[in-house]
Amino acid sequence: MPERKGQYTVMLSGRPTILGYASVAGKREGEGPLGRGFDMVFEDTSLGEKSWEKAESALQREAFTRALNKAEISPSQVNYLFAGDLLNQNIASTFGLREFGVPVLGQYGACSTMAQTLSMAAIFVDSGAADICGAVTSSHFCSAERQFRFPLEYGGQRPPTAQWTVTGAGSIIVGLGGSGVRIADVTIGCITDLGITDSNNMGAAMAPAAAETIAAYLKDTEAKPDDFDLIITGDLGSVGSDLLRQLMERKNYPLGSNYTDCGLLIYDRDKQDVHAGGSGCGCSASVLCSYILGKMGAGELKNVLFVATGALMSPTSTQQGESIPGIAHLVHLVAMEP
Amino acid sequence: MTGQEFRKMNQQTAPKSPILKNCIWAFLVGGLICVIGQIITGFVMNAGLGIEDARLIGSSTLIAASAILTAFDLYDNIAKHAGAGTLVPITGFANSIVAPAIEYKSEGLILGLAAKMFTIAGPVLVYGITASIIYGLILNLLTLFN
Repeated sequence: MPERKGQYTVMLSGRPTILGYASVAGKREGEGPLGRGFDMVFEDTSLGEKSWEKAESALQREAFTRALNKAEISPSQVNYLFAGDLLNQNIASTFGLREFGVPVLGQYGACSTMAQTLSMAAIFVDSGAADICGAVTSSHFCSAERQFRFPLEYGGQRPPTAQWTVTGAGSIIVGLGGSGVRIADVTIGCITDLGITDSNNMGAAMAPAAAETIAAYLKDTEAKPDDFDLIITGDLGSVGSDLLRQLMERKNYPLGSNYTDCGLLIYDRDKQDVHAGGSGCGCSASVLCSYILGKMGAGELKNVLFVATGALMSPTSTQQGESIPGIAHLVHLVAMEP
Repeated sequence: MTGQEFRKMNQQTAPKSPILKNCIWAFLVGGLICVIGQIITGFVMNAGLGIEDARLIGSSTLIAASAILTAFDLYDNIAKHAGAGTLVPITGFANSIVAPAIEYKSEGLILGLAAKMFTIAGPVLVYGITASIIYGLILNLLTLFN
């Protein structure tokens, strides 16, 4: 049963297990340093679909199907599926998952959605409300660009703080027992807004939220950053990661070399023209469901804090001059002793 | 930490756009586009057309070239280096109309392509035309009293 610890953290005493996970990615991500770790890389960014939205739906469908196959579970065994993406009304999830006949709860946490859906799945399983839950999320560079920025062929210049939306998806199946990685704790973050208004600098907008959530978890559990093999944020990029280090220093929780960011890992920033790094729900989702869980499965990492970060703005709020509120949710993952 | 403190921290941390490099690129590419326009105009005049017609052909050739480069996924690759160099000349205006036309085609020919074609260029048209009417009126009034 879930138990509360401190002000923000939920301890999952049954330690739900990751029964299966899968990641799919686009061409640019496939060419990046983590390319080999993805279950599937689509060389054709459109995935053979007529629209970018359909392509993103296909990413979710593919990731969820592959995670089910790896967990050796059929869709009918999944009690609840938590799914989300960046598109208006979560259409990538809706249209990607409508054929499965699984009870779905749509989630929106901007780029923090992987941690949000995984938290929900783990809490539902640990509470006994479900035996098996799924979490799936995606982003697609082309569908995100047209919704949040400019048409793809528009000739604009990106500032060095801008990040590149990852084309990719990740899915995790959560249950009880078995030998997979366990989900130990969850910390749901508060909306944090320190007044960043530049939508080309999302890392800065989200860094304070990440700092608040990590500090809340460390305080609630009386842990130190050094206690973990890896603390990894979702998509702060180079600017946001730098800022997070400075913020954590001020909170007296300095982050060491065990800290990195999914947005820094997924691309080769020197060669791939992505400026400050990767972003999007698919960034943290695909890195979690390849690199992180892969290393945990291989015994290279045992104790990991996965902190997906989201910028909760819309083009409307930005145009109306609102600042960009950030959010971050934390999932504490523990590898089973072999 | 207050918002003000954090925004200061962000200013010190975030890398700045390379303004000098961007300006040089913009100057060279923007200048090159204008030179090409001038060459076409000169060429057409040599062929025997008047300056008015030659200028019209010069601009429309640049517009067509920009639209074609946009359609072949090349314009944005030049523009990401050239910046204002490709934005300010007439080529930028053409790109800003063709790019959304391609992008929103998936929402249909009427509500997608046609309606959203002017999402970027629309403000330029609205304020450009308004400004020219106001200047025209002022000029007209001035000549009345002259």
